[in-house]
Amino acid sequence: MSQKSFVWLCLLPLAVVTTAFFLLPMARLVVAGAEGPHGLTGYLAILTEGRYRATLFNTVLLAAATTVVTLIVATITGMFLQRHRFPGRAVLIAMLTFPLAFPGVVVGFMIILLAGRQGLIGDLSNRIFGEKFVFAYSIYGLFLGYLYFSIPRVILTIMAAVQKLDVGLEEAARSLGASPWAVQRDVVLPALAPAFVASGAIAFATAMGAFGTAFTLATNIDVLPMLIYTEFTLTANFATSAALSVGLGLITWLILALARTFSGSGVAAAG
Amino acid sequence: MSTAGHGAAVRIEACGKTFADGTRALDPATLDIARGETLVLLGPSGCGKTTMLRIIAGLELPDAGGKVLFDGKDMTAVPIERRNVGMVFQSYALFPNMTVADNIAYGLKIRGVARDERAARVAELVALTNITGLENRRIDQLSGGQRQRVALARAVAIRPGILLLDEPLTALDAALRDRLRSELNRLLRALGITTIYVTHDQAEAMELGDRIVVMRKGAIAQIGAPREVYFAPKDRFVAEFIGAANIVEAPIENGILILPGGRLPIEGAATTANATVMIRPETIRVAEAGGGTLSGVVDSVSFIGDRQRIVVSGASSKPLNVDAPNTIQAKVGDRLGLSIAAGALRLLPSEP
Repeated sequence: MSQKSFVWLCLLPLAVVTTAFFLLPMARLVVAGAEGPHGLTGYLAILTEGRYRATLFNTVLLAAATTVVTLIVATITGMFLQRHRFPGRAVLIAMLTFPLAFPGVVVGFMIILLAGRQGLIGDLSNRIFGEKFVFAYSIYGLFLGYLYFSIPRVILTIMAAVQKLDVGLEEAARSLGASPWAVQRDVVLPALAPAFVASGAIAFATAMGAFGTAFTLATNIDVLPMLIYTEFTLTANFATSAALSVGLGLITWLILALARTFSGSGVAAAG
Repeated sequence: MSTAGHGAAVRIEACGKTFADGTRALDPATLDIARGETLVLLGPSGCGKTTMLRIIAGLELPDAGGKVLFDGKDMTAVPIERRNVGMVFQSYALFPNMTVADNIAYGLKIRGVARDERAARVAELVALTNITGLENRRIDQLSGGQRQRVALARAVAIRPGILLLDEPLTALDAALRDRLRSELNRLLRALGITTIYVTHDQAEAMELGDRIVVMRKGAIAQIGAPREVYFAPKDRFVAEFIGAANIVEAPIENGILILPGGRLPIEGAATTANATVMIRPETIRVAEAGGGTLSGVVDSVSFIGDRQRIVVSGASSKPLNVDAPNTIQAKVGDRLGLSIAAGALRLLPSEP
């Protein structure tokens, strides 16, 4: 057997899996999206129909907010954890990364325990202010859940990136007179930019498409995955849900590609 | 040269360093460095030289009681960003997100120097360090030698009172290292900044240093001018660390060193049963046939080019390294007569 045919043979399983479980369903989905009463224009409904557009807008906003807040929290935490040694550090890291194993349902359940009708925050606020604060079943509860979901993933990436940072860079900047703020701004954050893009992309994509948490929390949260679910199960509107699915994928991909190009060129120009 | 003559005098007083885990990196040491002097901290890895440099830089705090003074002013509690020191790191630590010019200008930008003035200063330094044409390059587009020059330019751009160099040539290959060493020497002389240079390479130390501080296991073994530490090492460690040395252990009787292969007059030595004596290989002369005060048998000959290293056994208790002119014909097994001037024998304190 020649070297070339051996390589092809090795690639065969990949080709089969890709075709069977990726290309075919995707193709079917794309076709299904155009099989509604409006045909191909069904795809535009995500942008033209007010309700869909509002949901899309909500979802993107939620995902963006999750990404930004996750990056801020995880960067500060990750940097601190990587740079300091203290008793209980290992336990803290284990605790912070524990939610990695949780499905969205469990995360949603925890948000209900925290901010639901019988939740901790409600109890506390009831005692102090005589009023129950309940926000588990809203987009704020979902935001909290996604944060909880994303932070562990981002923290680990940031910690790995911080570990690879040359401490000499910071020392050099300080020797040149840079204040701690200036060191962060001019040296540390630019060096971590690739890690921000990589882990931020994961946080964003997860928040765009996560379903379990939203489903657990409520049915009246307007995010795209929930909309797809209701269109699909409740109204059996196959074409619309397929079109929305393709739209969700495309828009997420587009935003990530834009972010990568934008920050990529920024990083390239900077070094 | 506008940068000349703005060096500060440095004094470190009883500066020791014990790390959090209890390791003693540096015994309390006191050291004065004159304005404009180039002082080299020399020693094997783990001798405390880098720790001392980092204490002077302000990257490490000395143990309680230690003091760092610049021009008589106590700087111990002043952080590095306010010490006005230029520093060159072994890894160069150039900012990968900035161009060469931005790297060099960074310290000036932080100081709020106007754009025009920054550009003028960068142009001046780029010319001084021979990197003209590279101003807009990214750091990953530079060779090792170019990076070294950029790191130096960046460090001196801020007109520091003290220039600190931490093994700046170690990361380079041998040929480039030699070339940059002479270039660095010329540059340091031109700048006239007080310079503290850390290295484990004795050739670097001797070429660059006005004075050399030889360090060992966290303590200063000897301080002196290059010639002083080379010709008059205080102990066996310094003798062996700086240059090549034959260390001979033999009795001395009435000013004569008694060796298995002969007797050598030695200056200013009392009678002792077991003296430790240093003989530099280049001070041993190969005598004409039948001559010489010392004789032995050639063990090996290594031709180096400008000279040859002949190892002679039987002359002393241990084989002697002899640096002979490259014209001498000697073969393994030949009996060789050697002579050594009385002044070339250096008595060392015997080690406990």
